[in-house]
Amino acid sequence: MPEDLNWAIGGEAGDGIDSTGKIFAQALSRAGRHVFTSKDFASRIRGGYTAYKVRTSVDRVESVVDRLDILIALTERTIHENEDELHEDSVIIYDGERSTMQDVEVPGDATALEVPLKRLAEDAGGAIMLNVVALGAACEVTGFPIENLDESLEKRFGDKGEAIVENNKKAARKGQNYVQEEYGEFDYDMETTDEDYVLLNGDEAIGMGAIAAGCRFYAGYPITPATDVMEYMTGRVDQFGGKVVQAEDELSAINMALGAARAGARAMTATSGPGIDLMTETFGLVATSETPLVICDVMRSGPSTGMPTKQEQGDLNMTLYGGHGEIPRFVVAPTTVSECFWKTVEAFNLAEKYQTPVFLVSDLAMAVTEQTFSPETFDMDEVEIDRGKVVDENEIDTWLDEKGRFQAHFAAADGVSPRAFPGTTDGAHMTTGLEHDELGRRTEDTDVRIEQVDKRQRKVETAREQEDFDYREFGDPDADTLVISWGSNEGALREGLTLLEEDGYDVRFLSVPYIFPRPDLSEEIEAAEDVIVVECNATGQFADVIEHDVLERVQRINKYNGVRFKADELATEIKQTLDTPPEATQ
Amino acid sequence: MSSDVRFTDFKSDKQPTWCPGCGDFGTMNGMMKALAETGNDPDNTFIVAGIGCSGKIGTYMHSYALHGVHGRALPVGIGVKMANPDLEVMVSGGDGDGYSIGAGHFIHAVRRNVDMSYVVMDNRIYGLTKGQASPTSREDFETSTSPDGPNQPPVNPKALALASGATFIAQSFSSNAQRHAEIVQKAVEHDGFGFVNVYSPCVTFNDVDTYDYFRDAIVDLDETDHDPSDRDQAKDKILESEKEYMGVLYQNEDSVPFEEREGVEGSMAEIPDGAPEGAMDLVREFY
Repeated sequence: MPEDLNWAIGGEAGDGIDSTGKIFAQALSRAGRHVFTSKDFASRIRGGYTAYKVRTSVDRVESVVDRLDILIALTERTIHENEDELHEDSVIIYDGERSTMQDVEVPGDATALEVPLKRLAEDAGGAIMLNVVALGAACEVTGFPIENLDESLEKRFGDKGEAIVENNKKAARKGQNYVQEEYGEFDYDMETTDEDYVLLNGDEAIGMGAIAAGCRFYAGYPITPATDVMEYMTGRVDQFGGKVVQAEDELSAINMALGAARAGARAMTATSGPGIDLMTETFGLVATSETPLVICDVMRSGPSTGMPTKQEQGDLNMTLYGGHGEIPRFVVAPTTVSECFWKTVEAFNLAEKYQTPVFLVSDLAMAVTEQTFSPETFDMDEVEIDRGKVVDENEIDTWLDEKGRFQAHFAAADGVSPRAFPGTTDGAHMTTGLEHDELGRRTEDTDVRIEQVDKRQRKVETAREQEDFDYREFGDPDADTLVISWGSNEGALREGLTLLEEDGYDVRFLSVPYIFPRPDLSEEIEAAEDVIVVECNATGQFADVIEHDVLERVQRINKYNGVRFKADELATEIKQTLDTPPEATQ
Repeated sequence: MSSDVRFTDFKSDKQPTWCPGCGDFGTMNGMMKALAETGNDPDNTFIVAGIGCSGKIGTYMHSYALHGVHGRALPVGIGVKMANPDLEVMVSGGDGDGYSIGAGHFIHAVRRNVDMSYVVMDNRIYGLTKGQASPTSREDFETSTSPDGPNQPPVNPKALALASGATFIAQSFSSNAQRHAEIVQKAVEHDGFGFVNVYSPCVTFNDVDTYDYFRDAIVDLDETDHDPSDRDQAKDKILESEKEYMGVLYQNEDSVPFEEREGVEGSMAEIPDGAPEGAMDLVREFY
């Protein structure tokens, strides 16, 4: 048995693939095993191929690989879709009694287990539990203690009553017993540990980070793959005095969030590429009115509606340059699921300290990936809140002009003006998307225009001085080969690095979570012989940015078929890139 | 809130750039009077405006204010009120801003019924872009972009509001200062979304819907036996195309504002210095 096990359940959307996969992933997590999940899904509610994949090990797992050890196939197509990942020790579990599965040809030397899932489920109390029968069968094949599955079933079905839970436990044992009786012992023996892990995905981590950071108002419009952020916050933020509003569209969502932020709340909206397009006009207003706002873009394949359920990192230019005119902004892109939490907290602090919009950029791969962490990874005592230059009644006098008017856009040396929440005595002031003076009033005065543009831009310089916009470093710090990446590729690259090391390649890897402002990589690039930038888009948007910074060509590995990078695939690609002259690569 | 607030306290020291004689002067004065009469002061008031002549209002009034983007003032107002229900929120728009680019938001703001007022300066023309047809322009109104008239019936904003579940619908005329201020005051006092369509003539570009026209056409609902709590009566008057009414067309006295139904209490501006107490429970949920 491999140290890490790759398991999948696949079928049609509507077959309960997601919840079944989640039950198994949770059971593994509760048994003290690390888990990394991924999903293949199509943009439809019923029908079409969909799969939930679980990679699990007692050691941390950071990515997906091209290998499948156990496959529960509810449809014949599931087997074909995963054919390339099956190997001679793979086990496929399927219901050979189903009319559509009778002529199934199992590829290669994989072991086929025909388990009458539906019949056994009916014996246990209902055909609906056939997926759970399959889970029981998988427990037997892997030697995974079925008691862990019981706990997970209790969590999933607990609110449906004792009888349902018991029937499901029974169904699982039917599957377990059937495999034991018909196929005998398997070679696997899945280890468990005493570790306590939590299992969550990137969207949930962003939502949790937002609440921890004091976000109390969220407005959004459902869109894949950002909806989980809104669904997570709904109900939960209420417990802390907040509210989620489902707006009529993205234009409304960002404007509501803007209003809440002007009223003094920490506010956020989350969307995906098409929604960011719609929000762009107001994004300019947010920046010009110097309103602190976190705008989360969970990227998917574009342009236009593109491939809504597929991975891409194609919006970097949009977040970096989107909007007419010149707009100061922060662009922060967490590189792991846990960083989704911490970077969200940071995004709120940056927004308020500099009174500037912050793009928090995640992607589909991170949004749908559930990963295990020790709970201390999200130690709430470590959360720091910095609200910036908020002034109250007692301090406001300092910021009034000679006529007693509050200077909400005072051209401070560091570019950051005082901020008075509505309700503050003597703080009443105007703000507008029009160019304005220090009082917030419209102006076309050439000197004031320059003063205000410079003032807003100065925030970026101040932030560069005050903040630590650094990268995360992995691999060999002295290696000649430098790989740079941003966003969710970090896990696959870290694991790819291990594979490369095994083959004698020394690689230094910088994972960059700050797109703007970003760390200066010129020294690192100069010290390297080969520089490769890895990203999930066709043109190499981050590579362009880096070339711009260092005035030097870099090599690129780009993937834009809609699927995230895999560790073994990346290792191979990096080797190939190193064997090819730099001019020829793209 | 201080009790000695005068309506002029809501006036800024910026001189309006509206054309002399513009209906918007009267509309704004009525808004200021209504706010003062209802016991508000500039420091607890938030005015939101979109784009157009109406959008300038935040500059000429003194309060917390945001002048936003075209058509999107209502969602901003909703966000402000949800985040701090203690604030008095008033949104100002024009017929282009509110019923064309912002029509979608209008419908949803009406059905959301957040406790704020929405005063639309309806002059039946695009003024600031110098005289194009607006959504409330008459079907045969000749303009630079509609030489033969828009050739489509005007939007009936009151009907839209009623169909969307409005709890307060009123119409006013900027030139009738006393009545106008009273009507806006009722909108402010209403527990929910107080919608007032104000005939606010454009003296420069609209030679059809003039002060004289409205003066002749308007019927004051207070001088009829209209019962604003009767939705059917309101519907009949709203759909009547021959007359222009002034007053409260419809008011649901049982209206409960959205933020109240949603259980929003107090300002969301107050947050702890670190993660809120009990935040570790959010992590434990994922066991």
